Amino acid sequence: MAKLDKKALKKESIIQTALQLFSLNGFHKTTIPDIANSLNMSVGNLYNYFKSKDILAKEIIKYTSTVLGDEIKTINMQDISSKDKIKAIVTIYFRMAKERPEMIEYFLRVYLSHREVFSDGCEGMTCVSGFITEIMIFFDDGVSKGELRDQDFFSAFGLFMGYLGGMVFLKGEEILPNDIDYYIDDISFNIYNALKA
Amino acid sequence: MKKPSIIWIQGVSCNGNAHSFFNHPELFEILSNFELLYHPLLETNYTLEDIAKCELECDILIVEGAYKDTLVKYGMDIAQTIQHYATKASKIIATGTCASYGGMFALYDEALSGFCYKKELPNENYSRYKDKFIMLPGCPIHPKWLSFVLLMIKDKKPIVLDEMHRPQELYGFTVHTGCSRNEYFEWKIDMEGFGKKEGCLFYEHGCQAPYTRGSCNKILWHDVSSKTIAGTPCFGCTEPTFPKTNLFETKTNMGIPANMPLGVPKRAYLTLTGIAKSFKIKRLEKRVIDYEDREIDRKD
Repeated sequence: MAKLDKKALKKESIIQTALQLFSLNGFHKTTIPDIANSLNMSVGNLYNYFKSKDILAKEIIKYTSTVLGDEIKTINMQDISSKDKIKAIVTIYFRMAKERPEMIEYFLRVYLSHREVFSDGCEGMTCVSGFITEIMIFFDDGVSKGELRDQDFFSAFGLFMGYLGGMVFLKGEEILPNDIDYYIDDISFNIYNALKA
Repeated sequence: MKKPSIIWIQGVSCNGNAHSFFNHPELFEILSNFELLYHPLLETNYTLEDIAKCELECDILIVEGAYKDTLVKYGMDIAQTIQHYATKASKIIATGTCASYGGMFALYDEALSGFCYKKELPNENYSRYKDKFIMLPGCPIHPKWLSFVLLMIKDKKPIVLDEMHRPQELYGFTVHTGCSRNEYFEWKIDMEGFGKKEGCLFYEHGCQAPYTRGSCNKILWHDVSSKTIAGTPCFGCTEPTFPKTNLFETKTNMGIPANMPLGVPKRAYLTLTGIAKSFKIKRLEKRVIDYEDREIDRKD
């Protein structure tokens, strides 16, 4: 295996481990030695990959945004209605919340809650553009086909993603009486009704 | 050496391209290289009646205005006259958007089109004349676009054309190229209101420059300015889609421009602009010249 590929793989494994620890134990309570320890590597060696905890935190949000963005891109590329795309996005978001809860938890509990860490280098959409871009593509496509109502982007974005984020938060707090999949149909229906032309 | 002869003939036209050409600072010096047999607005040795007899030799045929096969003007079969000289001429220049694609007049008469194209589709004249056909769309054309083509023909130099027979030298770039507002485009800073030197016109004011071919910001109008520099959006007048409506508004889908810069995939555009929009560039948010302060100075 080429040296570069090996280094890239190691970087990704650090990101995935740190992502889990940050999401589980919190950003401030998780230290670089904790992450290095989980990976059976020395602290010094970990610093060879990421110069600081803040830099690592920023790389993680880019990583999660890209993973989620790629999933939505696959949906965007399908020749299906906006109504069906909404259901597919809700399904994929909730599936990720179940199978890789750290991905969503990190966004809600680390990225949104520690703006001081991200204010320099992750301004605005800089580190979440992989995800936001695909949501924009979805909205633009829906409006141009006449399936969605033309409105302010953030009104629609807040309704869609705020709703999903809120449900995943409730799941994380173990407040939901049912499995999150139970809500897919109703939530997709509600979002479609709010956005349709 | 014999000067190349020109016949400038009009279909359905507003004279806009003829008038625009009159603004060329070296108009008569350029025309002195040619024998102008007929022009609808200039005094020439031949009248339209003379031309319509189809007895003259002609090297360059300039067609201005929209065309149809049944075109009759002043009781004369102008379509037949144009066809005659198109066959005789060694070069045909469709001058202006109406002669290129049909333009404004084609909106009101289905039979009207450009001389070789109807909108972006070639018509039967195209197959007849494609080997000598040059298209100069614009409403109107810049006078130096026409002089460039005429002088290249006179000097027997090759004019590189694109797939729609437009000179690449003039239409290979977009109107966006060279615009004084490009920094504002890059950082997504829109102009507030109209009439300011600062701010981009693409995001809200309807500017079509990023997806319109032309050299308005490379070869300036009257050698000093252009629509976009002056603060008016580009209306896309060189494109087969001209004219559109709502020229001062950008069509958006949930705030996302419906038309992308030429050849730029929407995903690439949104990625780049989403990041650019995340940063505040203070220098670009300020007025370059604070006119209010200057007003106070004058009062003092």
